[in-house]
Amino acid sequence: MNKALLTTTITLFLLFSGLAQAASSEVNVYSSRKEALVKPLLDEFTAETGIKVNLVTGKDDALITRLQKEGKRSPADLLITADAGRLYRAKQANLLQVINSDAVNSNVPAHLRDAENYWVGLTMRARPIFYVKEKVQASELSTYEALTASKWAGRICIRSSSNIYNQSLIASVIAADGETAAEAFVAGLVKNFARPPAGGDTDQLKAAAAGMCDIAIANTYYFGRLATSNKAQDQQVVNKLGVFWPNQQGRGTHVNVSGIGITQAAKNVPAATQLIEFMLTQQAQTWYAEVNNEYPVVTGVAPSATLTSWGEFKADATNLTKLGELNRRAVEVMDRAGWK
Amino acid sequence: MLRLRANRLTSIALLVALLLATPILVVLVQSTLGTEEVWRHLWDTVLFDYVSNSLWLVVGVGVCVLLLGVPAAWLVACCEFPFRRLLTVLLLLPMAMPAYIIAYTYTGIFDFAGPVQTLLRDLSGLGYGEYWFFEIRSRPGAIMMLALVLYPYVFLMSRAAFISQPGNILDASRSLGLSPIQGFFKVALPMARPAIVAGLSLALMETLADYGTVEYFGIATFTTGIFRTFYGFGDTAAAAQLAMLLLSFVLVLLVTEKYSRRKIIYFSAAEHTTSNNRHELRGGWGALATLACAIPSLFGFVLPAAMLLYWSLGSEELASAAFLTIAWNSFSLAGMAALISVLLALIMAYALRIHKNTVTRAAVQFVSMGYALPGTIIAIGVLVALTWVDHQLVARVETALNHAGADIDFGLLFSGTLVALLFAYTVRFLAISLGAVQSGLQAIKPSLDQSARTLGHTPVQVLKKVHLPLLKGSVLTALLIVFVDVLKELPATLMLRPFNFNTLAVRAYELASDERLVDAAPASLMIVLVGLLPVLLLNRSIAKSH
Repeated sequence: MNKALLTTTITLFLLFSGLAQAASSEVNVYSSRKEALVKPLLDEFTAETGIKVNLVTGKDDALITRLQKEGKRSPADLLITADAGRLYRAKQANLLQVINSDAVNSNVPAHLRDAENYWVGLTMRARPIFYVKEKVQASELSTYEALTASKWAGRICIRSSSNIYNQSLIASVIAADGETAAEAFVAGLVKNFARPPAGGDTDQLKAAAAGMCDIAIANTYYFGRLATSNKAQDQQVVNKLGVFWPNQQGRGTHVNVSGIGITQAAKNVPAATQLIEFMLTQQAQTWYAEVNNEYPVVTGVAPSATLTSWGEFKADATNLTKLGELNRRAVEVMDRAGWK
Repeated sequence: MLRLRANRLTSIALLVALLLATPILVVLVQSTLGTEEVWRHLWDTVLFDYVSNSLWLVVGVGVCVLLLGVPAAWLVACCEFPFRRLLTVLLLLPMAMPAYIIAYTYTGIFDFAGPVQTLLRDLSGLGYGEYWFFEIRSRPGAIMMLALVLYPYVFLMSRAAFISQPGNILDASRSLGLSPIQGFFKVALPMARPAIVAGLSLALMETLADYGTVEYFGIATFTTGIFRTFYGFGDTAAAAQLAMLLLSFVLVLLVTEKYSRRKIIYFSAAEHTTSNNRHELRGGWGALATLACAIPSLFGFVLPAAMLLYWSLGSEELASAAFLTIAWNSFSLAGMAALISVLLALIMAYALRIHKNTVTRAAVQFVSMGYALPGTIIAIGVLVALTWVDHQLVARVETALNHAGADIDFGLLFSGTLVALLFAYTVRFLAISLGAVQSGLQAIKPSLDQSARTLGHTPVQVLKKVHLPLLKGSVLTALLIVFVDVLKELPATLMLRPFNFNTLAVRAYELASDERLVDAAPASLMIVLVGLLPVLLLNRSIAKSH
């Protein structure tokens, strides 16, 4: 038994030595964006600059907790998240530092960056209304708020309130209309659900196309993924649905970003900054547009052909920091209104 | 001298228990730091849902795993019917299927927009709401998904019990005029009860800790609630309070299990007297038996695996070199975790056997709780504990060395490395290895220990020369179950893995949670395939040991 113990110990140590902490000349990234949506760009960066990038992916809050607990000894230089709310949370927890880069400040519009430059958006997506063309006229639609009308009873598909996309959407409504109005809105919306929320955004789109509901609320890139798919079933879904940009007369359609920030503990700030600048180059922004059907955040970079085909729209220019601030209240509003 | 050694083993066991209890204790402490505000909100809104959904799942899965597992176990152990040998193996296979993966698969098949309902609509011309079809993403759906992959725990444990029941007792019951069915209810079932309850409690703890399935189905349970409180509110304390409430559920389970075991203690004869003459079921009964054993394996494994295979065929992922690395990572990680966990289980179980005091018993009970805690809660506990070590101890060593002129920055030595991951796995899965080892030990007559000790052997020698050979089957079982469970583990792996280290479970999860079910199929299939090997080995070792 002692032998077994010894062998195990030795094996363990050998393994760790192989996975020892990265040297400070490298850049370490914590990312809640999935590997497939980050790794190719990081590899590209390494190929161009010779700076090695180490990546660990995980859930946003798990990574933030990890950063928090690791404190100043954390190996992480950069934090990438799939939404602005989490970057806000990381900033509030003192986990980020100011990004000092003129390129970043001049290329990305202010509402897609932190007001004090603690983080910056990398890609943007919208959360419009998708409608079944056979059953709904675009002229019947106007705003998110109008979806509470009784004529939409039993006709709306949307996913669970646990989802950050919906939380941010409701946060944006709170920001625009106030908490009381937002609560009335959520209650009215829930009343019009076609079914108790189930599945993800793609499921809502497919359910609408298959006849379960007439309206689906989903992020643009899920629709984009179906649109660029070579499967016949996916094409059928896309052909049945239209994209409607709500609130064009008012604040604009709700948008959110995936974004990046330099950690407080970063050992290699210059290389980290360099990596951020790299991810905001035209080449990287185009890659995101093509691979994940997201809108570029850098002014002047054109969206992909698929995205362009849905027409231009006015995006809600509320600073995304606001959505982070209001996230908790949004969750409470949704809980109270019984949005599962 | 003997006493001293025994005490030493107990001290080691207590030390291990204390170490493993740290993450749980950390969560316990966190739960006392909360503010009332979040708790009040939870109480007013969603807490009732968490409790009622979790209860429903426990009851539903409990009933289903018993119905699926026990009759099948008895049939393959005590009766002869067509395809018995093949079905014995098939019945184990769902163990290799993670609940979240079977949930992805069945959703893909039976969802409103899926192939089955689409075909139904095309054939009938009906639309939404005009026909009834079960909603897979529902509480009953989740119960089915969990039951289909968790029944093997009950099957495995109760089959072992049925097999090791002395054949002569059953023969006697039959000669006294009981039919096989009567014999099952009056003799076999009561005797196997401790094993059945042990299997059941494993399945139920697994149910309470499940995150992937209920999250995917949108069912608010304690695990999703803990996540949500953590996500939506960023409130560790409230999440920890929920975890504590969940723990009290588990405590009830554990007490029930212990109580059930205490009531019936029996030791099988050392010499295996199982009669080989299984009761032969012919004609309709034989077909019925075949069906009863075929259904669980068909829906728990064959159908979903076939679907995954079908999806995987259209994907290039399976052939890529990166995929091999990921598979190897998963495999070696699971292997290490299994070794560590079984080694510690042996120490603890053995200490308890020779030194049955309240403290040891409590320690063993306490570390068993890790199994029912969601991986994330354990991961948080591990993270807090290990970063403390890094910040306090390592930092001091560093300061001392640098004081002496060195220029060292250790960074994080323990957290963020495989140590953290293995630590979490051990906390989570020790209960399984403990359960297997303990039930193996229980089947060994104490008189054997006593005679060995009278002959001058130390406890360690008794362990080596008497117990280990007799325990081989249990140890192997423990190793393999932990191996498969680690392979399937998701939340803790996601939270604690080091840089550039990916596993199959994470890969499958990332793709599925990005709503790319078909792309997730190859990784899912690999988990199932890698998991199959130990399941098959397990089956062989059990067959041999009897």
